[in-house]
This record gives sequence, C-alpha cells and structure tokens, in this order.
Amino acid sequence: MSLTRQDVEKVSLLARLQLPPAQLDAMTVHLARIVAYVEQLQELDTRDVPPLAHALDLENVLADDTLAPSLDREEALRNAPKRDVECYRVPAVLGGDF
Amino acid sequence: MSAAAFTTVIGLEVHVQLKTRTKLFCRCSTQFGAPPNTQTCEVCLGLPGSLPVMNRRAVELALRAAVALHCDIPTLTKWDRKNYYYPDLPKGYQISQYDLPLSRDGYLDLPDPQGAGTPRRVRILRAHLEEDAGKSMHDEVAGHADSRIDLNRAGTPLLEIVTQPDLRSPTEARFFLNELKLLLSYLDVSDCNMQEGSLRVDANVNLHLDTPRGRVATPIVEIKNMNSFRAVERALAYEAQRQGDEWRTTGRTLGEVPKQTRGWDDQAQVTRGQRHKEESSDYRYFPEPDLVPVTVRPEEVAAVRAALTALPATRRAQLVAHHGLDPYDADVLVNQGPALVDYFEQTVACGADARRASNWLQQDVLRTLNERGLTIQQLPVPAAGLAELLRSVAAGELETTRARQVFQRMVETGATVAAARQALGIVQVASEDLLELCRTLLAEHPHIVRDVRGGKTQALGALIGKARQRNPNVDPARVKAICSELIAAADTP
Amino acid sequence: MRLIHLTVAQLRDALAAGHVSARDVTQACLDEIRRVEASIGAYLAVDEAGALAQAAESDGRRAAGRARSPLDGVPIALKDNLCTRGQATTCSSRMLAQFVPPYDATVVQKLRAAGLVLLGKTNLDEFAMGGSTENAALGTTRNPWDLRRVPGGSSGGSAAAVAARTVPGAIGSDTGGSIRQPAAYCGIVGLKPTYGRVSRYGLIAFASSLDQVGPMTRTAEDAALLLELIAGPDPRDATCALRPVPAYSQTLDQDLAGLRLGVVREHFEAGLDDAVRQAVQSALEVFRSLGATIHDVSLPHSRYGIATYYLIASCEASSNLARYDGVHFGYRTDESALLRALAEERGSAAAPDEVDTPLVRLYRQSRSEALGAEVQRRIMLGTYALSAGYYEAYYLQALRVRRLIRSDFDRAFGEVDLLLGPTTPSPAFCAGEKLADPLSMYLEDLYTVTANLAGIAGLALPCGFTRGGLPVGLQLLAPPFEEARLLAAGHRYQQRTDWHTHVPELP
Ligand SMILES: [Mg+2]
Ligand SMILES: [Zn+2]
Repeated sequence: MSLTRQDVEKVSLLARLQLPPAQLDAMTVHLARIVAYVEQLQELDTRDVPPLAHALDLENVLADDTLAPSLDREEALRNAPKRDVECYRVPAVLGGDF
Repeated sequence: MSAAAFTTVIGLEVHVQLKTRTKLFCRCSTQFGAPPNTQTCEVCLGLPGSLPVMNRRAVELALRAAVALHCDIPTLTKWDRKNYYYPDLPKGYQISQYDLPLSRDGYLDLPDPQGAGTPRRVRILRAHLEEDAGKSMHDEVAGHADSRIDLNRAGTPLLEIVTQPDLRSPTEARFFLNELKLLLSYLDVSDCNMQEGSLRVDANVNLHLDTPRGRVATPIVEIKNMNSFRAVERALAYEAQRQGDEWRTTGRTLGEVPKQTRGWDDQAQVTRGQRHKEESSDYRYFPEPDLVPVTVRPEEVAAVRAALTALPATRRAQLVAHHGLDPYDADVLVNQGPALVDYFEQTVACGADARRASNWLQQDVLRTLNERGLTIQQLPVPAAGLAELLRSVAAGELETTRARQVFQRMVETGATVAAARQALGIVQVASEDLLELCRTLLAEHPHIVRDVRGGKTQALGALIGKARQRNPNVDPARVKAICSELIAAADTP
Repeated sequence: MRLIHLTVAQLRDALAAGHVSARDVTQACLDEIRRVEASIGAYLAVDEAGALAQAAESDGRRAAGRARSPLDGVPIALKDNLCTRGQATTCSSRMLAQFVPPYDATVVQKLRAAGLVLLGKTNLDEFAMGGSTENAALGTTRNPWDLRRVPGGSSGGSAAAVAARTVPGAIGSDTGGSIRQPAAYCGIVGLKPTYGRVSRYGLIAFASSLDQVGPMTRTAEDAALLLELIAGPDPRDATCALRPVPAYSQTLDQDLAGLRLGVVREHFEAGLDDAVRQAVQSALEVFRSLGATIHDVSLPHSRYGIATYYLIASCEASSNLARYDGVHFGYRTDESALLRALAEERGSAAAPDEVDTPLVRLYRQSRSEALGAEVQRRIMLGTYALSAGYYEAYYLQALRVRRLIRSDFDRAFGEVDLLLGPTTPSPAFCAGEKLADPLSMYLEDLYTVTANLAGIAGLALPCGFTRGGLPVGLQLLAPPFEEARLLAAGHRYQQRTDWHTHVPELP
C-alpha cells in the first residue's frame, strides 16, 4: 500500500491536525517510511493467532455505586483556556454562521 | 402516494439512562438539575492521567434490561473507544461497545391494546452500555456565536437499545416506545424521563414501495432531536410523507445517496437536513485499554432471569387472574407504572374490593395525581387509608359523594379517614339517635305515614330529605329502613 | 562520604540512626542541583521551598517517633508525566505548559504517604514519546557522562538526575523502554515492573496497554525499596493487579546457585555495538561465578517487536491524545485571530467547507501549534492504522503478533528463570545525531519493547563502560510478577561489581 499526500491530508483532518504544505510533504515521506517498515508484519501468518489487546488477564474489575465528592467548580474549570463562571466556552458548535 | 403501495419501515435507537447513583466510570453524582459543572471530577472531565473504573450497578441494570428483552447474553463482553471530536466529549472518545456488546438478538412484544389478537414482536438487534456526553448550550453574545459546555452529564451510564427495522408505522413506533418505557420502569432500570434526558430516541426510516418495476426502497434517513413519543410519531409520519414526495420527484432509491441525518423541528413540525460531517463515520473503534472485560456466567444470567418477577405483561395477567379485573382495566393500571399497581395491590390487601379500588384509582386517584403533579409515591393517602375509606363505602357507612369529600380532605391535609371525617363533621350517627330521629319525624309527619300505609312507599323519600336536614351524617338507606320498620311495627298489634 | 553519594538504603539507615536529617539531605540535593543543573538540565521544575518544608516536617515526625515509613525524609524526583496536585504537570509539552492537576497520581500519593520529599519534576520526551529526551518542548537534558550526548528517553530527566547525584532516586515510566534505555545510557538502575504491578492512575497516558511506572535508582536494592512503596492494587486503576506486594527488599540476598539464566540469541545479532557485547559477556561470567547456569534461548518473533510496538503504541496514543484539543484544558490557539482569518477567507474566496468550521479550525490549530513533531507523527500513524480499511491489516495484525511475542516469552520462561541481554544495541548517542531519522531512533528500543508488549518485568543495570567512558546497560527480564527474582539477581550482581559506584565527573 503506498501512501499518498491526499491520504495524509485526510488522516490529518481525522486527527485534527493542521499541516501546512511543507509539513504535509515531510509527513507523507515519514509516514510512508514507517508504514513500509511495519509492513513486515504482513509476512507472518497469524490466521490462528488470537489478538492480544492486553497482557494482563484480569476481568470483572468493577466499582461500587457509591457517591464520592466531585471537584468544586472552580477547580474543575481552573485549567480551561476559555470559560465563564459556570462553563467552558468554545466557538459555536454548529459551525459556519458566525 | 398515487399508484405505488408502500410500507413504512422503521428502526429505533433508544438511549436510556440507567438508574445509578454515580456515573459509569467515576463516582460523581448523576442527579439531574445541578448547576453546570458541579458534578465533575478528573475522570469525567477527561483530565490527563485519569482512568475509568466501571460501575458495577450499571452493569447489573444493563443485564437486567437485556434479559427482560430476551436478549442473548454472551459470556464475555468488552469495551471499545469510539473516537470523534466534540466539545461535550472531553476525552475525544466515547467509551462504548462495538463488536462484543453486552447483549444481542432479543425482542419486545407489543400487547394488542384491545387485549385480543397476537402481540407484535419487535426484534432487538443489540443493547449495550456506554457513557453519555456533556451538554453544549448555544450562546449569542455581542454578535459572537459561542457555545458553553456543561460536563455534569458526561460519563452518565446509558443503555443503547437498537431495534431491527421491524416497526411498520409511526403509531407502532410510539406503541413500542411506550411499552419499552413501561418495561424499563417496571425493571427499575431507568426513569425514562425524556424531559430530563434520561431517554432519547433516534429513528431510522424509509419506505418500501411496490412499483410496476418491482419493489424498491427509498434512502434511509436518520431522524434526531425528537423530544417526546408524540414527536417521534409525528416526525416519522412527516418523514414518510416527505420521502414519498421526494421519491416521486427524484426517483432516487436506497444506495444511490448516502444515509442522511435530519433533525425534527417541533415548532415547524418538519424534519430538516443536518450538516453532515464528511468523515464522521470513521470512528476508529478499538478495544478500550483502560478497562478489562466483564464475564457473565450462565448461572448469573439465570439468576437475573429468575429475579424478573413483575414485568408489565405478567402484571396485566395477574390483575385479571387474581383480582378479577377485566383486561382493559388491567391495562390502564399497568400502563401507569409499577408503583401504581403496587398501590392497587396494597389497597386490595388492606381489604378493599378490587373493582372498587380499580375504579377509584382510575378516576379519583389519577385525577388527583394529574391535577397536583404528584407521583403515586407522593400521594398523601396511603394504600391502607384508601382501603379503609373504600371499606366504609362498601359497608354503607359513607355514600360515594361523602367519600370523595373525605378523600379530598385526606389529600389536602394528609389526615386519616377518621380525622378527615371528623373535620368534615361526618360522624357515624349512633343507632339510638337514629331511631329517636326517625320516631320524631314519623310523629311530626303523620300524612307521610298515612301515604306509606296507603302503599306509596316512595313517600319515604321525603322523610329521608328531612332527616338529612336535621343531621347531614345520617345514612339515607338506614333512615329508610328504620322508618319502614317503625311503620310496620305500629301496624301490628 | 558526601550526602549526595548515599543510596536510598544508606539514607534510610542514616536517617533512622539520626546521623543525618532530611533537611540536610534535601539541602545537599538542592545544592548539587544548583551546581550541575545548568549543564545537565534534568529538571523542569525544582520545588525548593516545598522540598525543604517537606523535609522539615519529616524531621519533625521522626523526632516525635512518628516516621511514616523507613524512607520518610528521602528525597525523590518525579518524571513530569505524573500528576501532582496543585503543581504544574507538563509532559514537557507546550500543550500542558500551564496544566495544574487537581489531583495526585496514585504513585505520588503513596510517596507522600511514606513521607518522601518530592524534590521536583524531571524532563522527558514530550508525552514520553522518544528515546533521547530531545523531543522535549520545555527543556534540554544532557547525559552526565558526556554532555554532548543524550541521556536517553523518554525518562531522560529522571535518569540524568540520578546519575548526576542530584537525587538518590526518581520515578520514571516505561512504554517501550523509557525507563531501561535511559538507565543504560546514564549508568543507573531502571526497573520496568510487570504491567499491572504499579498503578497508572495519574500517569499521563501515552499507550495505556504498555505504560508502566517504575523506579530509577543507583542500586537494585534501592529499586526494591521504592517498588515496595509504589506497587500494589489501586481501586482507581482497573488494569492494576490485585496481588499483594512482596517485601522485595527482604529477599535480595537469595543464593543464585542453580538460577537458570537464558541468553537471548536474538539480542546478540548484527547491529550490537562491540563494547556493549563485551560488557554483557563479562556480566554473564559474573552470573556464572555466582552459580547461575547459562542457557541459549530464542525469542523468534522479537525482530517484529519494533513494528508491533509502533503500531500498537501509536494507535493508543492517537486516541489518548485526542483530549488535547484546546477546549477543557491545555493550549488553545489565538481564537480571535482564527475567527478573523476565517471571516476574511470566506468573504473573499470559495464556498465554506463543511468541515472547516471555527471549531474544527480551533482543534487543528491548537493541536498543531502545541504538539511537537514526533508526537504529531505518532498521532498520524495511529490514526491512519485505526482508520477504516487499515484496522485489520495494521492494528489487528499487530495485536496478533503481540500474542506471538508473548508466547515466545512464555516458552522461554518454561526453560529458564530469567533472560539476559544488553539493554540497548549501543551506548548513548550524540544529541542531534538521530533527529533526522526517527526510525533509527526507534530501533534503539529493539531489546526493550518486547517486555512491554508481553507485559513482563525488566531491569536495566550498569555493567561496564565503553572505551570512551560511556556506561553500558545489562538487561534482565523476568516472568510476570517475578520482580523479586529480578531484583535479587540484580542485587547479587551489584555486590560482585562496582559499575554502579562510578560517578560522572561534572564541572
Ligand atoms: Mg451510542
Ligand atoms: Zn466524575
């Protein structure tokens, strides 16, 4: 599979990154190299090998439904780049008309 | 829709909030209505370094619902991340379930409202657990459009229930939602309150048309933003109409255009196309590495199933079989929710006649609840109190009009039957006093006595009226009986 | 002996005996930091006043007979991806330069509860992505053994701080070798515990199924003392094992006679530096002289380790780092400039793009302005590998190979008790040397990544020096939850050798 500049552009939107043209080219070269490198995994026949998502075999780790104190609002909002006294603020969620 | 006969094909996606005290992955409260951003912590804010831990109660409630929906419960279920960017989703992904949901392949039977015929079976594709997002609020300030984000809801446990496209009309969709809501409230799994967002519905709909060229389907449309079951019904009806019109003008069929999302505008009563996010379908699901799988042994499923006693269908049958109610009345009571049925059964257990109790609940009690905006749990009259009142009516100590006054008094003041009667001056007239009163009346009205003797027994009615003027608490039936007896006794030597 | 040369174990004894005070020890560390930090740059933040206050409290407790633990009063440094309540925790990223967590990581809580003095936060490759601490946006760290060289990474700050004797121990994190590789480069001990041995709560995630917190010290004994403190179940981390914590420091003197040591054939193949090979071979002889038997062992899938690791780690990272979007915390691009630019473009040019909304721009600009190149590369790789059409070929295939790698270890540990090999193919490289070629940097993790993929424990120990005076690291690997075996072997080795006692000469 060869990786095109268009692929990389599409992925950058999915990843919410903004790559200016020069960086887009560099990223394409880099990703193509890495992708070519990881292609080596294709040489292994893994048809009968179950995937291993986690090395630890734990299950049913559950917590009781017992209330614990929340952060006070000031603390919760403290790291917000833009806020008012109650809420986080962002540009309109529904884009376009501003 | 001129020549073509058509079928409306509907599938629903219902998100219900599970009745837990705390969120799915942290121990913040899920209480509705708190001031913005006061029920959050590092976990539900998605702060760097925080980790989720699954709420046991949420898993239990989800299982209970899934079993009641006759779903298969696989032994192993796991969690996945659904990746997308939205400001009310602080982690940039939603923890949900993808390829190994908690349950799949169930069904819900819709009762025939007439109590006859075979139920409609709506198949459930899957029901899985996931977390809710926060809330975005639009805010216009000085020409700048801004959104304000409240994360109180973020991380609230939801059960997503997806049906097969088995529903065939907007009304049927509404019936399904009613029955589902009823089931979930009987299970005590969810409050299913659409106003508070604890139940949300999205609908997928298209038309299957018989045309001279054979059967065709219109493109599937997903409808969002419906805020009541009525709105779901109306939106679907509107959309069926719109799709028919569109098909006649464009002739476009399923597969020729991408799936569209439309929002219901309740004000205008129309659906409107929403901006589609070009890449939004690529959610890049993968196993959530911060959580471990949950295994459910068949014995546990059996135990959950065994503990499901009183589902709506069962309770309808019980009301008919054990209490002799007719199916219509049973349906009315059951549709009011489990608490009302419990109240009914307690009233009967305290000695009230079942039919009389059913009638009172359907009329006086429901009216009172509606007028006062109360739930049955908030009704100031306990079941035992209502039973006592109904027993007095049955015993002839109180006639219905007086009983209604007593009931109202009990509702208003929380008084017992006795206290309410006392307050209203409704006291039982002692037998000797009643006898004395009857004697006096007969003595004062010899012409009535004559009339009765002459065979005009209806003349006694006048005596009853006079007796009630003297003492409003007398029981008319007893006045009539005593007077007749006295007249008869005077006749015999 | 100067206070800064005392190990954690020696400080424990000296504090218990009343020969030193926590305040003196802390002050000695702070003085040394002042002396060498300008050339090393191990720390992103040194909490001088806070550390002295903590030390004074510790002395007070000890005087009152209420020491919280034997290590009460011992200074320690934290990699700056561990959340500290009320103190900036930056991951050496512009994204989090101003981020102040409202909570402590579980490991930090445990250290505080044991009375250790939290000296400061150490530098790292941004979000722990890298092997040289050169991808750090907020500081530059150099190797105390050669200031032209990198300390390794990503826990390069922690490694350099310990090697430079500015602190007796530090906490790092290891996703693909990030504790062991810098430990090897800096000539110290680094332990990556079994996945699930130490809570990850409050460790800012890079790759959740691989990340593990561990100690970085000068001796295996010190690593045992710190692991005892920080390990154990945590109700806030569902992936933390529920097993009790053995008293690692009490079982260090095990006899190694009969210990079956496996030499990993694949870790001695082409690409291994000669000096490193020789140092590791001599270490092998030391173990033989301690009674261990040596066995040839193969891990046939280890050559796929790097590819598997980069796919899995990048996929998880692409999701873990999605939260850095400029909305709830972290860096946000200049919003008014953004809106102005958008308005101008729309006024002049083409129809508005459906996905080019102010919000999407805010996300994209904030992330691209505040995340470094390496972080962006990995996010891109992970996003690509998880996207529709590629998931099976890349992510899923990587998970299957991960199983093969784990099976290799399971088979090997059926035959031997521990595995032995070099920690890295070469000693520390020069700053800037590999920046143009990220793939060559990735290959430095060749011997370390498989332990993370398999979830097993690994220990790096100093085992010699190159002719040029650069430290060489030995790696021991143990089956899951066999840290006691690993630490005992390391301890016996250090009793026989003195590599860990060498001190870098600093101006
Ligand atoms: Mg959903
Ligand atoms: Zn929370």
